[in-house]
Amino acid sequence: MVQAPPVYDAYLQRFQELAKTLPLPLWLQEMREEAIGRFLDLGFPVARRGNEPWKYTDLRPLAAIPFCQPPPPYPKIQAKGLRQILPWSPRWDVVTMVGGEYKASLSHIRGAQAQVWTLTQSLQEAPSLVEEHLARLAIYHNDAFAALNTALFQDALVVVFQGSREARELHVAFISPPGEGPYGHYPRLLVVVEKGARASLIESYVGLGSGPYLTAAVTEVFLEEGASLEHYRLVMEPEAYHIGQLRVWQDQGSSFHSVYFGRGSRIGRNDVRVELDGPKAEAYLYGLYVTQGQEHLDNYINIDHIKPHGTSRLLYRGILDGASHAIFGGTVYVQPGAIKTDAEQEDKNLLLSREAEVDSKPALEIYADDVRCGHGAAAGAVADEALFYLRSRGLNRELATRLLVKGFATTVLDQIGPARLRSFLEMVTFASLPSLRSLG
Amino acid sequence: MTQDVILEIRGLRAGVGDVEILKGIDLTIRLGETHAIMGPNGSGKSTLVNVLAGKPEYEAWAGQVTYKGRDLLQMPPDERAREGLFLAFQYPVELPGVRIREFLRAALDSIREHHGLDKLSVREFNRLLQEKAKEMGIDQDFLRRNVNEGFSGGEKKRHEIFQLLLLDPTLALLDETDSGLDVDALKIVADGINRFRGPQKAILLVTHYQRILNYVAPDYVHILIDGRIVASGGKELALEVEAKGYEWLRQTVGG
Repeated sequence: MVQAPPVYDAYLQRFQELAKTLPLPLWLQEMREEAIGRFLDLGFPVARRGNEPWKYTDLRPLAAIPFCQPPPPYPKIQAKGLRQILPWSPRWDVVTMVGGEYKASLSHIRGAQAQVWTLTQSLQEAPSLVEEHLARLAIYHNDAFAALNTALFQDALVVVFQGSREARELHVAFISPPGEGPYGHYPRLLVVVEKGARASLIESYVGLGSGPYLTAAVTEVFLEEGASLEHYRLVMEPEAYHIGQLRVWQDQGSSFHSVYFGRGSRIGRNDVRVELDGPKAEAYLYGLYVTQGQEHLDNYINIDHIKPHGTSRLLYRGILDGASHAIFGGTVYVQPGAIKTDAEQEDKNLLLSREAEVDSKPALEIYADDVRCGHGAAAGAVADEALFYLRSRGLNRELATRLLVKGFATTVLDQIGPARLRSFLEMVTFASLPSLRSLG
Repeated sequence: MTQDVILEIRGLRAGVGDVEILKGIDLTIRLGETHAIMGPNGSGKSTLVNVLAGKPEYEAWAGQVTYKGRDLLQMPPDERAREGLFLAFQYPVELPGVRIREFLRAALDSIREHHGLDKLSVREFNRLLQEKAKEMGIDQDFLRRNVNEGFSGGEKKRHEIFQLLLLDPTLALLDETDSGLDVDALKIVADGINRFRGPQKAILLVTHYQRILNYVAPDYVHILIDGRIVASGGKELALEVEAKGYEWLRQTVGG
């Protein structure tokens, strides 16, 4: 592998600065040292034949820039401004992280069901929980971005949901501040939903920066026996190199219901891995991605059925405009012994422009008998027949297209519980598509 | 009748791709009239209404079509609709994820805006929707569904006529609206069509069978064979065709 040493030196230097300033327990110091070592050994992944996970995403533009400055401070940020760029409801609990730092003035937690800690707080309140869970799912030994995040995060949020009562939504917002230099932003979130608990979590990543910057985010979610999480992940960082990882572990009888919404980025990656590691676990993964211009978005979704009687649904929709490029890849694995698995995956794409391009390659690997699995992929333009039907009722071409696009997204949008979140995402969807934006 | 001419077709030749399907059609429709066009499969019935509605792959090769005094063939399909032309589809298109209510709201708003009318308030729209739904025996649950998605054949046709009543156009083109309907469904659909009829309305109804004409009595019947109107007359012509078959006419006119 050909490396550009100055870039990697800069990352090492950033690690050393942080190591001097952050007071961390020994086990975490050692973990981070190991992680930066792994990152330097692995280097950024290279798109080449044989490297399936990165087949369609060329990271050279990202690898050429050292994203080693800390995110710039952003003291001007206010709750009012946030409501312009984020979904909001007075019912929700909110935690806001700006450039990796906790903002108390933009956070309020009223629900008693969720424990929300910064890293320092969590190491005081629940040190063993953190040590038992952190980096157990986002394995950094063979993953450069997991390694980079583990080595360089400035703070982390630790959320523990307890109790069987239905909680209010918890919205965790990670803001990438505006700034000139190529900075690196490393959001880290650890979520534990304890045995039998039910909870609802929104994670959102919003970029205010205009220059190239890197967001390399890692979220780890543990669902204990019978736990249930309604989860939303919003990525709206068009100017970023955004590499997002979501790692989920599910014990017996747990349920994970997740909706991802992604706008494209300079280079975007939505990297999800769900392990159904207890019998009768259920994972429902929905996704809507909306790309335009020169944006690139690579969805890499893996679901691992390890134990019997698991159910998974993977249903994604893409809407592509401009000369954007989207990818849907990854595999549903059914391990030996995961009998009676019921798994389906589907990715459909709507192309609003001739220049837009999608590579949709859902895959199944089945090593168990007595399973029910299916998959499908499709891509196409707005159907002429449908367009004519609407126009024959008086709708002009633009309005008709808009209605069809909205209908296409409905399969995913219908999976969103909170009404405020749904209407926000409908708005963002149309605002993100130049072909439709003029219509208001 | 001396009513205003709403549609005038002169020497219309049209086809799909390289295939000529209509080989010279002449037809005049006045306000207040109901015209039925009958013909065997492949005679060009559907092509005629699709050309009139502006379906993209149907091309007019020659001839003139004047609608409300304007050159219809120069108007885009959505403008034709806003100007009061309505096509009830033989095969209504499924629109996944598009709710009936939102679809009809957008259609009605587009038409009203075109005529310089204010949009209906939510309340006014709901009242109108309820009224027309009731007329067609359509219930609330149905209105929450997606347009034509998973509808039975009968539901699709009923939904077409429901739209006809709601959008209230001037000229209705009905493309085999009777096909695939049992007698009960046919009656509901025919009742809807009759409710639409009036001195300021006109209908061009295309059908393979005479059956629907027992419920929707036409003023004129035209027989279309091989892209030409080979006979025109009153509703008794439909009964004659029913009794003797299209072959009889083909031989009579030497087609």
